[in-house]
Amino acid sequence: METLYSVFIDPFVQMFELPDFFLQVLWEGLVSGVLYSLIALGFVLIFKSSRIFNFAQGIMVVFAALSLVGLHSFLVPFVGNEFVAAAIAMPLTLGIMYALAMGVERMVLRPLVGQPDIILFMATIGITMFLIGFGEFVFGGENKVMITEALGIPTGSIEFEPFGGFLLLEEKDVFAVVMAIVLVVSLLVFLNKSAMGRAIRALGDDHTAALSVGISLSTIWVLVWFIAGVIALATGIVWGARAGVSFALEVIAYKALPVLMLGGLESVSGAIIGGIAIGLLEKIFEIYWGQPLFGGNTETWFAFIFALIVLLFRPQGLFGEKIIERV
Amino acid sequence: MFYRTSGQFKTTYESDQALFPIKQDMFLLVVILAIMYAIFPMFASEFTYKALLVPVLIYSLASLGLNILTGYAGQLSLGTAGFMGVGAYACYKITTIFPEMNIIIALFLSGFFSAAVGVAFGLPSLRIKGFYLAIATLASQFFLVWLFEKWAWLYNYNASGAIEVRTMDIFGLVVTGPTASPMVQYYFVLGIVSVVTFAMINVTRGRYGRTWKAVRDMDIAAELVGINLMRAKLSAFAVSSYIVGIAGALMVFFWKGAAEPNLFDIPMSFQIVFIAIIGGLGSVMGNFLGAILIVALPVVLGLLPELLGLTIGSATMEHVNVMVVGSLIIMFLIVEPHGLARFWALIREKLIIWPFPH
Repeated sequence: METLYSVFIDPFVQMFELPDFFLQVLWEGLVSGVLYSLIALGFVLIFKSSRIFNFAQGIMVVFAALSLVGLHSFLVPFVGNEFVAAAIAMPLTLGIMYALAMGVERMVLRPLVGQPDIILFMATIGITMFLIGFGEFVFGGENKVMITEALGIPTGSIEFEPFGGFLLLEEKDVFAVVMAIVLVVSLLVFLNKSAMGRAIRALGDDHTAALSVGISLSTIWVLVWFIAGVIALATGIVWGARAGVSFALEVIAYKALPVLMLGGLESVSGAIIGGIAIGLLEKIFEIYWGQPLFGGNTETWFAFIFALIVLLFRPQGLFGEKIIERV
Repeated sequence: MFYRTSGQFKTTYESDQALFPIKQDMFLLVVILAIMYAIFPMFASEFTYKALLVPVLIYSLASLGLNILTGYAGQLSLGTAGFMGVGAYACYKITTIFPEMNIIIALFLSGFFSAAVGVAFGLPSLRIKGFYLAIATLASQFFLVWLFEKWAWLYNYNASGAIEVRTMDIFGLVVTGPTASPMVQYYFVLGIVSVVTFAMINVTRGRYGRTWKAVRDMDIAAELVGINLMRAKLSAFAVSSYIVGIAGALMVFFWKGAAEPNLFDIPMSFQIVFIAIIGGLGSVMGNFLGAILIVALPVVLGLLPELLGLTIGSATMEHVNVMVVGSLIIMFLIVEPHGLARFWALIREKLIIWPFPH
């Protein structure tokens, strides 16, 4: 009886008794959910246009953030000004991400065209290992601090007092949410309105048909990997501002995987909604069920188990295309 | 010249279905076994056992288990390390609850626990396919590692949270624990790996193996010709996790000597997937070739600068190592996506018809 009470009733009682704390939990969940969505978006873009399950997305986040911080600290002695250095480091990092996209397309994807999915997936894990080694080799393996102030990201906090309680919003979290929204909206506009965006979607629909009307596969692949790199950089900046820049950031890539299961591998809206849903639910579960009942740290697996249960009822994810199989 | 089918006529069905239809294959196997059982132990130092021979064997076994599931039955799994952990913890619990039990029996019993867990996490495979399933198996990976950390009963409420292997013997010969000689452990692991490999060569040739291959190639078609998909997939999960569990128990008991939950974390899963893929999916021998490459290469690379007389910091070397292995993996995938086992198949084909090109 006691267990039943603590599972089914007590968490909800707490939610009602401390609504301000509940709101705080929701906010934290929302922020991490938005970031999960961003990473999942990088996955979805690449999967849609090339059927490659890009495992390297997580390490690209780390690599982009490391490049930015590394370049910045390299440039500061030359320029003498933090802000100018950041202003130079930013486009340089974008250039690195573009070079990375080019390199991946030229050296990995092009020779592997037409191979089974699993081979391409393995190749992206190979890329992951290479980037880990390369990143540690060039920038060192130690933890770094994101150049939050030089980039002009606000660091204060906003306080509210809803229901006579207390709610604290970190300004950099607000910045993260706003930036994610801007990024997603501009991405959607790009995909739906521009010629390049339409070409990406055409490739996603049918490779051969897209090729036959003159869409260049390699150009689009470079473009898509570059966009994934830009998303990775944005994610790296905001996540790095929250938790520091280190290779531990890589684990957030694993968090994007259940988001993909939930939202469907091909759905942009699924990635966004799935990410936010998982961010919210795993936070709520951790605070109200995980810590009192399971000894905490349930965030590592909750999202996976949740997505697994959803998949048992909808095998193609919530928004994925229905798989029709023929013999 | 020396590798010919000519003169070896198949006059009965038995000889056509024999394990080694070509005589020379048999000789080759005998040579390999002789090297493994007799030649290596003559020259190997303690370091070679601990860093090369035993790890290669254990990883080969784990990869063999994964290959049953991914290569033969076509179900991509990324949770191998988690199942290895189940085997290791099960073996640990069995040997603490029944201290008198022979370690061999405990090993083979612990496989059943990982098989049961494997079947439980294999259930989604009846509904989910491809990458969705691969991510679903990650659920087992994360959940199991979390469980190893939080469920104190599993590690006997140790303060360190790790499991430590005590000294055990078989008929007076010490096989586990810090006092065991590496050579004894090597022979023990080699024996078990040989037995399991032999069993698996036969299973994959037999009824179950053929069922798995049918499911891998086209599951709907397999269902239409009367294969019970549920039984085929779940049996693949069970057999695969059984072997993987034994590999996990071997790893902790005969190699590492102690284990923390994070040993069974995701990098090891990926390493085993790499071995299976680089070696060749759907091949038993490929696992061994892949393990030699993936496990031994970093060790050899680590020794290289010392041999060349260069002084590079160990941290730098580590980073370069990861880089090199990553790019080698990509290179191997580009050169031969079907794995190292395919190389051997090609050589064999060439040898049979040599000196004629066709």
